[in-house]
Amino acid sequence: MADEIIHFVEIIIGVFLVAVFGMIFGLLTKGIDRKLAAHMQWRVGPPVIQPFLDVKKLFCKENVVPRNAVAWLYNVAPIVCLTSVIAILLYIPMGSIPPILKGYGDVILILYLLTIPSLAMVAGGFASGSPFATVGAQREMVLMMSYEFPLATTIIALGWKISTLYPGEAAFSLTTFTKYPVWNIMGPFGIIGAIILLVVMILVTTGEITKVPFDIAEAETEIAEGVFVEYSGRNLGLFYLADAVKTVVMASLIVALFFPYNLSTYLGSSIHLPSIAWNAIDFLFYLLKLEIVIFFSMTFIRVSVARFKVDQVVKVYWGYLTLAALIALVLIALDILL
Amino acid sequence: MSETYTIPVGPLHPALHEPITLKLEVSGEKIIGVDVFCSQVHRGIEWIGMNRNNPIQSIYLSERVCGICNICHPLCMVQAVEKAAEIEVPERAEYIRTIAAELERIHSHLLWAGVAAHEIGFDTVFHYTWALRENVMDLIEYLTGNRVTKAIMMFGGVRRDIKENGAKKLREGMKFYLEKFRKIEEIFLQDPTIKMRTRDVGILTREDALKLCAVGPTTRASGVPKDVRQDFPYAAYGDYEVKAITPDIYNGEVHGDVYDRIVVRLLEVKQSIEIINWALDNMPSGPLLAEKNLVRLKMKLKKAEGEGIGRVEAPRGEDIHYVRLKAGEEPFFSWKIRAPTYNNVLPWIPMLLGGQIADVPIVAASTDPCMSCLNRVTVVDVEKKKEFQITKEYMHKLSVKKTRRLMRNGR
Repeated sequence: MADEIIHFVEIIIGVFLVAVFGMIFGLLTKGIDRKLAAHMQWRVGPPVIQPFLDVKKLFCKENVVPRNAVAWLYNVAPIVCLTSVIAILLYIPMGSIPPILKGYGDVILILYLLTIPSLAMVAGGFASGSPFATVGAQREMVLMMSYEFPLATTIIALGWKISTLYPGEAAFSLTTFTKYPVWNIMGPFGIIGAIILLVVMILVTTGEITKVPFDIAEAETEIAEGVFVEYSGRNLGLFYLADAVKTVVMASLIVALFFPYNLSTYLGSSIHLPSIAWNAIDFLFYLLKLEIVIFFSMTFIRVSVARFKVDQVVKVYWGYLTLAALIALVLIALDILL
Repeated sequence: MSETYTIPVGPLHPALHEPITLKLEVSGEKIIGVDVFCSQVHRGIEWIGMNRNNPIQSIYLSERVCGICNICHPLCMVQAVEKAAEIEVPERAEYIRTIAAELERIHSHLLWAGVAAHEIGFDTVFHYTWALRENVMDLIEYLTGNRVTKAIMMFGGVRRDIKENGAKKLREGMKFYLEKFRKIEEIFLQDPTIKMRTRDVGILTREDALKLCAVGPTTRASGVPKDVRQDFPYAAYGDYEVKAITPDIYNGEVHGDVYDRIVVRLLEVKQSIEIINWALDNMPSGPLLAEKNLVRLKMKLKKAEGEGIGRVEAPRGEDIHYVRLKAGEEPFFSWKIRAPTYNNVLPWIPMLLGGQIADVPIVAASTDPCMSCLNRVTVVDVEKKKEFQITKEYMHKLSVKKTRRLMRNGR
């Protein structure tokens, strides 16, 4: 009984810490992204802490609910959005620190959880009773349906390989992915397949965090921020935070699936440090990996292309990326058979 | 999704930098009906020119018709007054006017290119073109003393000369743009995402362009070689022989879409550079003003009687000013401005019908609309089906009414 209570308290403290980390690091990432993008566009850009100031200001502002909105749904959507993304973060290992909810869920669960923030945005958009938000919500649904398939294909392909190599392990658990890094277990065909899957995942991430060219649901110049058009004050602040945490989640997922390497496993034998110090170093290394992934999946892409139209987004995801993911699946299958 | 609903774009919308309303009937993402409501800004500029100002003050007022076309509006108005009062403009002044107008075209087209890139979410290109535009703004400031309202026009000439230094700077600036031109061309015409968003989007057929009297790059992109500088040369254009630019010069085909409008504008920037270089090489010497003494000029205009029409090819298309002077009255007796956007708003309807919501900003921006110039109500009857119609009787009634009003003013 006492053990259970201690475990329970541990989880509560862990959830709190992870939530705070997700928000703070997410906002910092947004700041770095804006600064880097600005420098790539011949601009100076805002200070790195600008997203924190934005959120602070949003939380001080009045929270307006439109007259013809469905008030309860309109207010609940941002909270659902934020809590669901934080919940995903609990299943993802950070460096050498295992996930808080280790053993309670796997990648398939994460796949399902990933749809909840989008669904919350859709619900909030439809609940705001504005034509722009309605269009935005429709587009968000289309976007969600488009990137689900390539994302699922990627995870299944990797899980399949692991399950054939190590039948004893839980194939879709993120800890297994971390234990057997993709690049170590693949043959030549598998490596090519994994590279294709990595590119697919990076592009799916861009869509998942709705950035140019896949920001059709928010498209500022077309439908005036779409689903968020009526949101203001605290509610908008919550969505903003959710977006920040979602960036961390998606990048963490890529890191966990493709780059789960830790410095401690390679240098731990030659340099002797207490395990807590190694945990800290691995954690910082993990943050660095996150930033690199975010740079390529968000900053770099969004400064180098124009926004797509809805039909073009669907074509990219259902056409090119799905095809690429299937080819990668075939390559990995070849790798397993040979 | 078979249900249709109306989306109001404007009067205030991030895609439109000035107030105008587009009511879009959409089914899912597809646009099935468009209705335009203009005249959200009316500033009474013509009224001030006809009641409060003397003609010389009105030059500076006309600069403020539009923040971007502030050479072509005063140039147009000055030409109308010169025709009405029969003032001869010295040749050197005509050349300086040409150079000023072409510098304005370069800056306006680059500004437009940046805005267009922003509308399709390509902010990097937006920042790049606007950074390039700074050079021509600096040149304009060096030559006229101001970045925006240049205050260089005067009845019977110009107020500032282009001296040795200025000519040198201009030549350097034009060289800079010729060098950068290849890069701009590569960005706008080769980039796959820009091509994806602009090719076969917002098509205006040649027939529609003629029927709706579109002007400027909008009509030229549909393959109509219409350019005031070519058809009715003013200033020094008669000596140069401008040739209207149509997209088939670039790639041999005319689509009439947004991409073609980009092509036309980019080629016009190049043409402007050539015209400026030519004007600098061939600039005659001589006086700048027909009448240096402003008091005497004012008296002359007060005594003058007559009417004149000025036509100028503004960066957005043909700009027309009509001015009537009456002896003994200081302000204009009548002053009518018809800015190019007035003609280019109606073509939005055939361009947008059948398109997607995502096309609205870029299609609207592709005509380079400038609402501050557009000052009248445009009524369009949009059937909910494919076509839109303005009945002939209604148009006839309107024009009879307007003719009567003009006759009343003229009497």
